[in-house]
Amino acid sequence: MTDMTIGDVTPCSRSLKRVAATLKRRRRKQALLQWIGLGAISIAFITLFILISSLVSTGWQAFSQTHLTFEVFVDPAEISAARLPRGGFDDALVVSLGKLLENADMSDRDTARAVEGVLSNGAQFQLRDLVVADPSLIGQTITLKVPVADTFDQLNKGLIDRDTPEALRRVKNREIAWFDELKAQGAITKPFNLGLFVNADSRFPELAGLKGALVGSFWALLVCFLIAFPLGIGSAIYLEEFAPKNKLSDFIEVNINNLAAVPSVVFGLLALAVFIGWFGLPRSAPFVGGLTLALMTMPTIIIATRTALKAVPPSIREAALGLGASRQQVVFQHVLPLAMPGILTGTIIGLAQALGETAPLLLIGMNAFITSAASSPFDSATALPTQIFIWADSPERGFVSRTSAAILVLLGFLVMMNAVAIYLRQKFERKW
Amino acid sequence: MNDMRKIEPDVTKTAAKITAREVNVHYGDTHAIKNVDVDIADKTVTAFIGPSGCGKSTFLRCLNRMNDTIDICRVAGRIELDGRDINHKSVDPVQLRAQVGMVFQKPNPFPKSIYDNIAYGPRIHGLAHSKTDLDEIVEKSLRRGAIWNEVKDRLNQPGTGLSGGQQQRLCIARAIATEPEVLLMDEPCSALDPIATAQVEELIDELRQTYSVVIVTHSMQQAARVSQKTAFFHLGSLVEFNDTDQIFTNPQDGRTESYITGKIG
Amino acid sequence: MINRLAAKAIRDNGIKMHSMISYHGMFSALLILVPVLTLILLWLVFKGPVTDSIIMNGLPDLALVGRDVGGVQLVLAEIKSVASGRIFGTPEPWKIDAAGRFLEISNTADRLLIGVVAALALVLLLFARSRVSHDFRARQGVEGIVSGLMILCSTIAVFTTIGIVVSLTYETIRFLDAVPLSEFLFGTNWEPQIPLREDQIAAEGAFGWLPVFLGTLVITVIALLVAVPVGLFSAIYLNEFAPKKMRSFVKPMLEILAGVPTIVYGFFAILVVAPAMRSFGQSIGLDVAPNTALAAGGVMGVMLIPFISSFADDALSAVPQSLRDGALALGATRGEMMTTVLFPAALPGIVGGVLLAVSRAIGETMIVVMAAGLIAKMTINPLDSVTTVTVQIVTLLIGDTSFDNPKTLAAFALGMMLFLVTLMINIFALRVVRKYREAYD
Repeated sequence: MTDMTIGDVTPCSRSLKRVAATLKRRRRKQALLQWIGLGAISIAFITLFILISSLVSTGWQAFSQTHLTFEVFVDPAEISAARLPRGGFDDALVVSLGKLLENADMSDRDTARAVEGVLSNGAQFQLRDLVVADPSLIGQTITLKVPVADTFDQLNKGLIDRDTPEALRRVKNREIAWFDELKAQGAITKPFNLGLFVNADSRFPELAGLKGALVGSFWALLVCFLIAFPLGIGSAIYLEEFAPKNKLSDFIEVNINNLAAVPSVVFGLLALAVFIGWFGLPRSAPFVGGLTLALMTMPTIIIATRTALKAVPPSIREAALGLGASRQQVVFQHVLPLAMPGILTGTIIGLAQALGETAPLLLIGMNAFITSAASSPFDSATALPTQIFIWADSPERGFVSRTSAAILVLLGFLVMMNAVAIYLRQKFERKW
Repeated sequence: MNDMRKIEPDVTKTAAKITAREVNVHYGDTHAIKNVDVDIADKTVTAFIGPSGCGKSTFLRCLNRMNDTIDICRVAGRIELDGRDINHKSVDPVQLRAQVGMVFQKPNPFPKSIYDNIAYGPRIHGLAHSKTDLDEIVEKSLRRGAIWNEVKDRLNQPGTGLSGGQQQRLCIARAIATEPEVLLMDEPCSALDPIATAQVEELIDELRQTYSVVIVTHSMQQAARVSQKTAFFHLGSLVEFNDTDQIFTNPQDGRTESYITGKIG
Repeated sequence: MINRLAAKAIRDNGIKMHSMISYHGMFSALLILVPVLTLILLWLVFKGPVTDSIIMNGLPDLALVGRDVGGVQLVLAEIKSVASGRIFGTPEPWKIDAAGRFLEISNTADRLLIGVVAALALVLLLFARSRVSHDFRARQGVEGIVSGLMILCSTIAVFTTIGIVVSLTYETIRFLDAVPLSEFLFGTNWEPQIPLREDQIAAEGAFGWLPVFLGTLVITVIALLVAVPVGLFSAIYLNEFAPKKMRSFVKPMLEILAGVPTIVYGFFAILVVAPAMRSFGQSIGLDVAPNTALAAGGVMGVMLIPFISSFADDALSAVPQSLRDGALALGATRGEMMTTVLFPAALPGIVGGVLLAVSRAIGETMIVVMAAGLIAKMTINPLDSVTTVTVQIVTLLIGDTSFDNPKTLAAFALGMMLFLVTLMINIFALRVVRKYREAYD
């Protein structure tokens, strides 16, 4: 430092001193800016972390379901082959269950009803289906594995605090005692909750599953893909390769860009007014949902396709044109195959967005309570996100963890789709 | 200083401002600069010439550590400014760059007013104490940049609205507003038309009174017109470094001769 | 295929064809497939509604008396399930009749479809076959059809926009028949109840959209207060200071954040954020509403962070390297270069991005449907519960089918306003961004 200022004091060295004097302060400012930036990124990450961890911590419990395994005597007095499918299946269950409990006075009606409350409401239907399928079971004793009611599921998972005063607790002391008794007998198990995927919706949390929603989403996405993909590609090819540069194609372009930014709920209104109101298409149908989603996804696909087409170097077009190919031959035989990975990536990302889209589906009624899976795109159905919405709105506590679990399933699908898109991009990415 | 005399006896007539020894630059796997030794005298215009890609611009950027901003670039060797190693970790590149100004190939005025463009350096370095002080610096720099008469009435208009030649002189004025000791110019006229080029060349000649100027140029005529010293680079090596007259009239190296007679490049 | 064979025959006879034989095949295929598929599609779409209305019109008059829309649908569903053989209980005879008719109609319809399709295909096939000759320009024919189809595709976007505008305008005009425009635009009361009976005056709704719009603004402002600083500073850090490795890790993570469906954020708001804010508010003695605007707005802000940060990052990257070099060469620190040169230079692009974020915040639905309130209040207190335009649209339309009461129509009027406001912001923002890109290209 010192040897720089030796000799006469030129203007240069004077300004140098001043610069040196300011340096420390300026370095501090820059460090401050860096810290703020780092802080901002951390905020984003911490939120993401809290989001995921809160979902996982509430949702993981729903991936297992408490079941009760016990011997049921199919009493011919209650259930007769002649009256099937009707019969006192619930009574048969309660009587058999009562035998396992030493302290339960089954002759008392209140007690009997409370004992029945341990089992899920779906247990009697499970028994009914078994007996209907094989009437020879009447009069025999069979081993049955049924889900327990939501409150006992929660109790088993430790979500109900046993130290709460009994009056404030949804499970009473004697019920807890019964449950512990059953548990001590080894009748209680907590296997993987397959019902979450193979059951349709239900009013009872322990029976509710995502099958209807998954099937509905599948139909809607299929319709969406079948419409948006060809239309989007056709439109993009025309605009990118053939359209004359005039006011009309400019207008179409502005239109597409704006459409991509129109709020999704407006598409819902469009679908409600036009598809359902004017065309008279059925409400709650995945077909209408898919149609709406297709309109929303199309701009994404068009923009992605155009980017992919732009990335194909003109030399390829010129080479093919030079060999005497027509412009359409060039595009369909040379340019399009080269652009396909980019187009597919964009399409998958567009479909992933469509999968998570909720508001337009709500407006066309895909939030109905439907207990069977749709067998065609014209049947009433829910979709994954609308099912989440229904469950999030349900008051039963068991639905909180179901909702989180459903969200985790939805996020799982999204991650999968994005992973495929990233894989495609990396595998086929080409540098020109 | 003794060993320097042995290598380049002519250069040390005036005191060297910048001394570079065994400078090597790598861009990733490419060896861009190979063992370059050079001395740049004070109050002199030194020109770096050579075919494109020969490393002259890269070397220029070493002199104010602009290569720091490129991740894959590694600089080795010793470069001294007034006897101090500029790559030493105690040297702040910010301070160094206030001392060694730079003008780029393409005029790059900030999207701000002409006044703010010039005042940018003095402001960030805290060189002006008051508004009048700053006004003074701006006017002085614009006068020195030989552009004052053209812009004095529109100091508040954006610098990007000027013509190419005016923009480049504005950038030169902006560089000298921080009162540097050395001014590096990376092909400052390559984007300009002949008239603007002439104006900038005239300006460079005037700047020689106060600064040590290093100019990278494509054009041998320009080197011959403005510089006193010329260095010829080829494929990353310094081939020849001598008085400009000597280089152009009596090149010592065959490659220099080929280049100035138009056989390579 | 037939055309292809015919063309092949011609070629084999030694006559030079204008077009390749495969084009002759493709020409006939397209000529047949396009109209036939269109026909089948339209048929499938309209068969259901048309048969439904035939059935319902054929019912005895007294059957539907005293049933509302839901009841009518129930009857229809019952008829259909009878028709498909699932019988619960003993349906009234007219229902069984109707079911029989339903089966009959749908069978006839299917037969009719097959017949029409076959006839159409045959006619087209004969037409196509007659065109095969050595000088027929099959390739031009194919390309003409293909480019016609492509033009049709590109106009879908325009038709969608027209559809939105027309349907919203139509329903809004019907709404304005019931509610005067001045009340809708300037009324400060939003109580969309409709009278249950004709003479029930007390329950008449009020339809002034101002409080709803104000609520939307409150939530949007909160969201931007979260998203803009966090998004901008993340972008600044990522663009200039972050090590390469960190950047390549953080960018995809932000993309994940951007890809999370908004319903997930909505659930997050009611599950975690709102209770946390409420208990925090109680601990410092503030009365926080359970569905405070702060929770909905804050979570919406989180949703917008990646949006703004990627926009700002792009805008900063678009500033030419020469400006960075220029600032650094004058001795600016990297921080000074960022704040005094890059950021001002990128500002137009950033502003465009923020505007698009505003439009997204206004149009965002699921977060507010789940986390914001339902009651419209003229308040700007962020701790209070407010409602938004999108919340009202969804709540007014969920589970309501009839299109003729002001409550349903009000949703369309709100949708119209939403569309207009976001459209204006979008057009303006896209123009700003476009101008900015052109400036540095």
